[in-house]
Amino acid sequence: MMSVPTTFRVIDLRVSIGVDAIIRGISMDFFANTVTSIMGPSGCGKTTFIRCMNRLHELVPSIQVSGDIVLFNQNIFSVNPMLIRRQVGMVFQRPNPFPTMSIFENVVAGYRLNGIRLAKSESSQIVETSLLKAGLWHEVKDSLHRKGAFLSGGQQQRLCIARALAMDPSVLLLDEPTSALDPKSTSHIEDLIAELKESVSIIMVTHNIGQASRVSDYTAFFLAGELVEYGTTQKLFTVPDDPRTEEYLSRKFG
Amino acid sequence: MTDRWFKIGLLVAPAFLITLVGGMAFTLMWGASSSFQQAGWGFYTQLTWDPVHHVYGGGVFILGSVVTTLLALCLAIPVALAIGLFTGYYFTTGPIAVMSQWVLDLLASVPSVIFGFWGLMVMVPAVRNIEMWLGVAPYGVGLFSGSVVLATMMIPLTASLIRESVATVSAELKEGALALGATPLEVVRHIVWPISLPGIGSAIMLGFGRAIGETMAVTMVVGNANHLPTHLFDPTNTIASLIASEFGETSDPVVVAHLIHLGLILLALSLAAGMLGRYIIRKQS
Amino acid sequence: MHSSLGTDAKLSRRVLQDRLFKLILVGVALGVVLLLTTIIGFVIQQGISVINWSFFTHLPQPPGASHSGILNAILGTLMLTVLASLISIPVGIWCGVAMAEHPLHPLVKWAQVSVDGIQSIPSILFGIMAYLWVVVPMGQFSAVSGAVALSMIMLPIVIRAVEEAVRRVPTTMREASLALGVSPFRTTIKVVIPCALNGILTGSLLGVSRISGETAPLLFTAFGSPFLVISIFQPVQSMPILIYNYATSPYADWQQIGWGASLVLILFCFVLSVGTRWVFKR
Repeated sequence: MMSVPTTFRVIDLRVSIGVDAIIRGISMDFFANTVTSIMGPSGCGKTTFIRCMNRLHELVPSIQVSGDIVLFNQNIFSVNPMLIRRQVGMVFQRPNPFPTMSIFENVVAGYRLNGIRLAKSESSQIVETSLLKAGLWHEVKDSLHRKGAFLSGGQQQRLCIARALAMDPSVLLLDEPTSALDPKSTSHIEDLIAELKESVSIIMVTHNIGQASRVSDYTAFFLAGELVEYGTTQKLFTVPDDPRTEEYLSRKFG
Repeated sequence: MTDRWFKIGLLVAPAFLITLVGGMAFTLMWGASSSFQQAGWGFYTQLTWDPVHHVYGGGVFILGSVVTTLLALCLAIPVALAIGLFTGYYFTTGPIAVMSQWVLDLLASVPSVIFGFWGLMVMVPAVRNIEMWLGVAPYGVGLFSGSVVLATMMIPLTASLIRESVATVSAELKEGALALGATPLEVVRHIVWPISLPGIGSAIMLGFGRAIGETMAVTMVVGNANHLPTHLFDPTNTIASLIASEFGETSDPVVVAHLIHLGLILLALSLAAGMLGRYIIRKQS
Repeated sequence: MHSSLGTDAKLSRRVLQDRLFKLILVGVALGVVLLLTTIIGFVIQQGISVINWSFFTHLPQPPGASHSGILNAILGTLMLTVLASLISIPVGIWCGVAMAEHPLHPLVKWAQVSVDGIQSIPSILFGIMAYLWVVVPMGQFSAVSGAVALSMIMLPIVIRAVEEAVRRVPTTMREASLALGVSPFRTTIKVVIPCALNGILTGSLLGVSRISGETAPLLFTAFGSPFLVISIFQPVQSMPILIYNYATSPYADWQQIGWGASLVLILFCFVLSVGTRWVFKR
């Protein structure tokens, strides 16, 4: 397990909003070119946890965080969050392409919005590779300059994945990426996740145990703001160490 | 760097708005200060406004504004209620409702000077005929004409607000009552009326606030006579109308201060109505 | 109660009451709506007769002269509304965005009260304020002072529209942009405001439609002028002031021109207010 290089190292992370402790001291490492799932019942802190990793939690005004998160030997709390967010892509529960932009503009939005000028050939290249990686290129290549409203939910979500991939992130955070999608789109995205780990490390929050077991190499189980168990997916699903994990899995599958 | 300025700018904006209002209040207070000193509380009870003899009292205009607006309210409320129920309850869809709503939207966007013009050319002659028939002095202009024009202008806004409030009553409740065997009238009386009452009340208060500050239409038909009306058709004057006709004409700083003093009173009346209206809405939600 | 439910007499009385109420209500509502329609009809009927090409291209003439037009009033109203918009649209967007971004900040709560307050101020008082702020220091009536008065009327309308539009932009849009490493400033400028653009435009146009008919605040600011004025530091004519002056004049032909101007102004306000609402709804 230790032979693989790490991406994120989380050290004793504690998060509270007002008097409510959301995360109560979690430490864990994430590994490069793998898919790691974080699962747990709703309210276990998994979404808050993943939002800390690109410091998007700071949008909540009264949130309190202690502990450290290190990305490639760089403490993310000691640099400007914008620099971290450009290295770490994120995809949200509901597809959120920018409605005022065309498909093309959406894919290069990370550059355009950051004020990074690209040559025309360069941006076309980025759009094509990103959409190819996201498995959307063949469906939209003839309507790149239309607004994305006509796309299905699954297509929109893949557009959001392409938008994140266009920035060439080292880590991709997925926050329940299929929770708003139909089963067919879901399986499409799950296949995509498996392909993507060649080029990017993926950390995915899911409430769906089946999904965790299908796509991830490692799985972490959160309960009430604590990390109950973390290990290879195969081990966690077949011979869990902790009785709470076993109980959760059996209840969910039962 | 820009982000720091952006953060600062976002807090400067509300501070700017608060300062702006403070500045407005200060300007008016400062402009009226010599009137406060010279006239004092007597300004409110003095019923004579006579620039020739330097006697300045605000009583006539304060009462004139309140009476004209209240009378307009009495005329407008029943009609606005009827239209509000008509378009919000009885005919929510269909060509008649759509047409009515169109007319109301159109009228709500008509500038008040045009209502005044219409009042002067169409309504005043008609009122003059009524006055001759009644045997009172046929001025045509006066308290009654002012109130009617004001009511005409208030109806579109008030009716639209009432319709919105009536239309928010949920269909389930109305259907529930109908299913118990209630007639539509009983649904109005026992379901729609109590639920939309705060909305109606706030619509009326907002209408009052708008109407009392209304200047042009009133100034054209109220008669601009600086005395209290003795009967319904008597010419009189309102605060806004007095300011409109006197403020640009005078260079006497004393008169200017008295006019601004009256303006502050108008502001207080209109703010009170607006705040009451908003309070009713907030309390409801 | 229980026993009387079935009696025919009571039921028919209830039905009768219901019918009567509905009849009176529909009668009053339709009657008044029709009556109000005749106001518009009257303006159209009176106004249409004087409107022709030269009405728009000529200056006002003395009573009795032919080819009288309202060119200076149209241009003056355009100048005033454009100037007022130049003030209140940027300021309104700035304040509206600020109030939507920090809804719970104590300063913002007081600013909310302030905006409510400005909205309750009778429009003639803005004339007094602009008079004291601009006319007195400048020593003369001017288009700028009129625009300042109008901009204060327009400002709360724009602020409320911007605030509501920005608030309606889903949080996920903001998050998507921030997650790409975009700064809060650029997120607001490039993502949030474009998403809210429809609402911002609607509010601004409604504001323009509202102020283009305002008369009272212009009486002692922009004042009026019989000439074609280009300078913004000179007194300038406007549609509502022209209508007021002509309406209260004793000359029948001036009054007729007043009706023509009224029709033009109503059409302008109507197209702006109803038109924008209708266009942006779909």
